[in-house]
Amino acid sequence: MATTPEDLKYSKTHEWVRIEGGVVTIGITDHAQAELGDITYLDLPEPGRLLQFDAQFGEIESVKAVSELFSPVSGTVTEINSSIIDHTEVVNEDPFGQGWLIKVELSDSSELAQLMTAEDYVKFAEAGAH
Amino acid sequence: METLHHTPLHAAHNKLGARMVPFAGWDMPVMYSSILDEARAVRNKCGIFDISHMGRLYIEGEDALALLQRTTTNDVGTLGLGKAHYSLIPNPEGGIIDDIIVYRVGPSRFLVVINASNSDKDIDWLKTHASSGVQFNVVTNDTVMIAVQGPDAVDLVARTLKSPEVKEIDRFCFAPLEFAAEGSKFAITACRTGYTGEDGFELIAPADAGERLWGSLMEQGAVPCGLGARDTLRIEAGYPLYGHEIDDFTSPVEALLMWAVSLTKGEFIGRESIVSLKAGKPTRKLMGLKSVQRMQPRQGYTLFSNGEKIGTITSGTFSPVNNLTLAMAYVDSWAAVPGTVVQIQVRDKYVDAEIIPKKAMLQFAR
Repeated sequence: MATTPEDLKYSKTHEWVRIEGGVVTIGITDHAQAELGDITYLDLPEPGRLLQFDAQFGEIESVKAVSELFSPVSGTVTEINSSIIDHTEVVNEDPFGQGWLIKVELSDSSELAQLMTAEDYVKFAEAGAH
Repeated sequence: METLHHTPLHAAHNKLGARMVPFAGWDMPVMYSSILDEARAVRNKCGIFDISHMGRLYIEGEDALALLQRTTTNDVGTLGLGKAHYSLIPNPEGGIIDDIIVYRVGPSRFLVVINASNSDKDIDWLKTHASSGVQFNVVTNDTVMIAVQGPDAVDLVARTLKSPEVKEIDRFCFAPLEFAAEGSKFAITACRTGYTGEDGFELIAPADAGERLWGSLMEQGAVPCGLGARDTLRIEAGYPLYGHEIDDFTSPVEALLMWAVSLTKGEFIGRESIVSLKAGKPTRKLMGLKSVQRMQPRQGYTLFSNGEKIGTITSGTFSPVNNLTLAMAYVDSWAAVPGTVVQIQVRDKYVDAEIIPKKAMLQFAR
């Protein structure tokens, strides 16, 4: 059973957002990593890149499939988790912790209201489960 | 909607929490926990695979040998009793209807193992060419087939069947053995074959022995592996898969499978086409590719050399033991030179890869 921490916000494209002041940390959910299976490749944006809400910001590949990563916020990338690039299995093992993807300085914090709570995300993910 | 077939191990897979997917009309486990962990288990120790979806049929009778000589490429005439060989069912144009394993069970009795996806097509084709002196007995639904693969596989099978003599069975040979469980005894066939590049057996047992045999193998330490790991392992070993490396429009000449074609055994369907394709030199060849980049080459991706298109990927996988990617591709013959660095277009990027012979792939996966 996938875990879904209460203190995070979630997007319909299965990213999570941890809000710490004006900078947020973004990753993929436990549900998403389980669906993907063994993750083997991550294409993450360079620090400084501008991200737009709901627009593609990267790529994540598992043995079986390639998926796009969509930004749950608008803002500027301040940091990427470079330690996972050659250890992509960490995203499978610890998607909400060591397996975070990027940090973004928000340009429009009002967008956060469009994200789901943990409770809503669990229902959303269950409804979409196949 | 067509209902999916279940193998006799279907309930066992669900109990293990497998992720099930439709494959060639069967509901099959793609993985249990992790494709890469399962692939590593086979390279390092021992994994087991439910391959009961593969078609199994006995062909027997006075004209059985003649039928197989005419419809398959390898020389069944020289196949000894208790031995098996890899072979192809060619079409008249020299394309490949399927790749198969033929077991010689008796002088005029053969077991043929065929791909699940081609099962109906193959059986129809063979029956079309059979005389009344050939009997067909499809046993796919009456039996289970379990592949036990890895460096520990032979010992593990010996322990499970309590028969140390399995170690004496040579590669591509098979023997009738017995599996005893809870007071019952089951006749099984153990063939020293596989599709992973590792040593091991493929076991055929009655369907009602399936769960107990699977469970006993697990008790001895075998790791259940799904179709995902099976695909990764066969790509690493440079083995073709129907629908990827071979199909009705690829020839054994360009697929570099002529070692499974006997041009000296006499006439067979497709022989003339294969002879002329061989004489004309193939325009493309099936080659291996190795890359240190993590992006996986997938079927249909294009291969370039100095900006010129030189080939197409047929299969690719991440190879977990050495964190490489390995792939196979049809490469234009002039460019199919081992050691050459080429570029694979992976979506909007170009990834460097080195051309290597198919047979050289496995060493990089260990």
